[in-house]
Amino acid sequence: MRIRISHSITYAYDEPVRQLTQILRLTPRDHDGQHVMSWRIEPTVDGNLRAGQDAHGNIVHTFSADGPISDLAIHVGGVIETLDLAGVIRGTIERVPPDVFRRDTLLTTPDDALRDFAVAATRADSTPLAKMHALTEALHDLLACDRSGQRTGIGAAAAFAARGGIPQDLTHVFMTCARQLGIPARYVSGYVAQSDALPEAEGAHAWAEAHFDDYGWIGFDCANGLCPIDTHVRIAAGLDFADAAPVRGARKGGSGENLAVLVSARAANAQFANQ
Amino acid sequence: MVAFDEMTGTGAELRPAYEALDRWLKEAPPEMLALRRSQAELFFRRIGITFAVYGDEESTERLIPFDIIPRVLTKPEWAKLEKGLRQRVTALNMFLADVYGPKECLKAGIIPPDLVYRNACYQLEMVDFQVPHGIYCHIAGIDIVRVDADTFYVLEDNARTPSGVSYMMENREVMLRLFPELFAMHRVAPVDNYPDQLLATLRSVAPRSASSDPTICLLTPGQYNSAFYEHSFLADKLGVELVEGSDLLVKDDVVYMRTTQGPKRVDVIYRRIDDDFIDPLVFRGDSVLGVPGIISAYKAGNVTLANAVGTGVADDKAVYSYMPEIVKFFTGEEPILKNVPTFRCREPEANAYVLDNLDKLVVKEVNGSGGYGMLVGPHANKAQIETFRKKLKAQPEGFIAQPTLALSTCPTFVASGVAPRHVDLRPYVLSGANGISCVPGGLTRVALKEGSLVVNSSQGGGTKDTWVLDA
Repeated sequence: MRIRISHSITYAYDEPVRQLTQILRLTPRDHDGQHVMSWRIEPTVDGNLRAGQDAHGNIVHTFSADGPISDLAIHVGGVIETLDLAGVIRGTIERVPPDVFRRDTLLTTPDDALRDFAVAATRADSTPLAKMHALTEALHDLLACDRSGQRTGIGAAAAFAARGGIPQDLTHVFMTCARQLGIPARYVSGYVAQSDALPEAEGAHAWAEAHFDDYGWIGFDCANGLCPIDTHVRIAAGLDFADAAPVRGARKGGSGENLAVLVSARAANAQFANQ
Repeated sequence: MVAFDEMTGTGAELRPAYEALDRWLKEAPPEMLALRRSQAELFFRRIGITFAVYGDEESTERLIPFDIIPRVLTKPEWAKLEKGLRQRVTALNMFLADVYGPKECLKAGIIPPDLVYRNACYQLEMVDFQVPHGIYCHIAGIDIVRVDADTFYVLEDNARTPSGVSYMMENREVMLRLFPELFAMHRVAPVDNYPDQLLATLRSVAPRSASSDPTICLLTPGQYNSAFYEHSFLADKLGVELVEGSDLLVKDDVVYMRTTQGPKRVDVIYRRIDDDFIDPLVFRGDSVLGVPGIISAYKAGNVTLANAVGTGVADDKAVYSYMPEIVKFFTGEEPILKNVPTFRCREPEANAYVLDNLDKLVVKEVNGSGGYGMLVGPHANKAQIETFRKKLKAQPEGFIAQPTLALSTCPTFVASGVAPRHVDLRPYVLSGANGISCVPGGLTRVALKEGSLVVNSSQGGGTKDTWVLDA
């Protein structure tokens, strides 16, 4: 599938920013399931934009600018060619061993309810792979997914207790359960394109990948109840949302931040047809 | 359990190091001792040497009790300890360089890889990054306990931001003022050159791009930190600026300090902020204590952080249990300082034993410090033991256990007079580009409650001056 993505993150500040630095994980890399045909990343304010890599091999841009800045937009987008590999991830850059992804983090700290659920939901299955499929299904059925884009994450334990959350939360719940079962799991941020298979899923998204000795990394998308297909564009992976966040920033001044996010991810030919 | 007493041995003898002190103690009128003690307290209050106790509602700041009777080590005792400390810290630094680099010790099976990889203190940002001059742990505090005349154990390595050295210095200062006659009777090795050694260490690890006169500062989390007094004390002694995160800024991967003359480039930062809080762009995003961009500057090689980021993986209590093997692997020598025998609860047989003997053992959380999250079996009630039993069953890998050690005792001036109290010792070991240094002695902590083995200041411990006799 050829997907055209356009993602705008717009900030307006009540009081101008004097200085800001942002870490942007908004640039995809090639792997077996996706090929980046074109990609750009453009802040609307003059500043210093440098590309680098983080500990996981994600492409990271560091953007720093001096104020006064009252408005800032980061425009990213491009065209990605994807293949449906049934969620199997190959050809990625792997910097750290899978064992690292068995750690608990602040957002994936288990409680008793999660520990019990992880075992109960996967008891009927014997292989790690089957367990992860069962977990994905069980969480898809159990947890409500809020796709409004209006809420922020609350962490795995809180989301599980509330029986729902944003895709980020569902992903953290899955990861926490997988790690409890001794299976390395990591957080993936990316986009899902509009498609007949997933009509409501268009936009920025989050899902998990679990690691198996026999197959390597495989993706699991609890919000949609499936393994990532050719609608999924993978941007960055990490220990949890905080580690793979699309934008992390620090600023001096600039109280009263107003954030607006606009994402479109459509089949490239469909978009041409619309024009 | 009868503990070894550093003055009287098993009770009958008078050990040579304490002969003069014993004579003096016997001759000193109790009123004089009481007077000197209140003078000492006044002194500490006046200079404002306090620390904060977390979870204590009635007071955020408190004076650490100071005991006026010094703890005495002989020159040969110290010589052996120092040799062992140098070896241990050398191994700690080699271990850190290895786990963030070639990982030979993991490949050789010296330590289970998941202990490193799953450790939250193993900072992925540091993997394959060359720290300036190859040194990770510039300032180490190694906690030592003694169980008999010849046996010293390492109880714990502190490789992150060990504190307490200001007490070592202030204790000596107050002893010199209050008991000049004692120093006339003993040749005590000085400790007042610690700041010079620390400054030399910090200067030696400046990035190669820095001038021959590098700019150094001390980064504190601020006045609400339990060790803020020490931060300001050390900055003052070192003659460097004491800064908070908001006093530093990063531009184009260079760290600057705001001064009245404008921004000044900083080369070495003695940071007393934990990894998690040092850079909100990389670690905890909710940290307001750190400096956004400092990790990027660090990785660009433009600034040295002391200690390096990620040293916590070396002082983790689960890793601790492998230290004898780690020392052997990296130095090729037998460890001079022993470890306390340690049960790794991650190993099922060990955990089974621990669960059966909770009333006899000390159980520690692998990632806990400061005496928090710890069970001292013989002193615990049933409810506390059951709480730990649950924790151990739910998450065995989060704990280690050790036999209750008969920590050595030292004569201590308490309400009822002079009585033995359990002590430990935290020497401070400095590693720079020009080698390792260690001032004689360190900080002796004393459990003031009769029979108590917990010396942590947060748990009612006090301190003593530590003497290494020069002859």
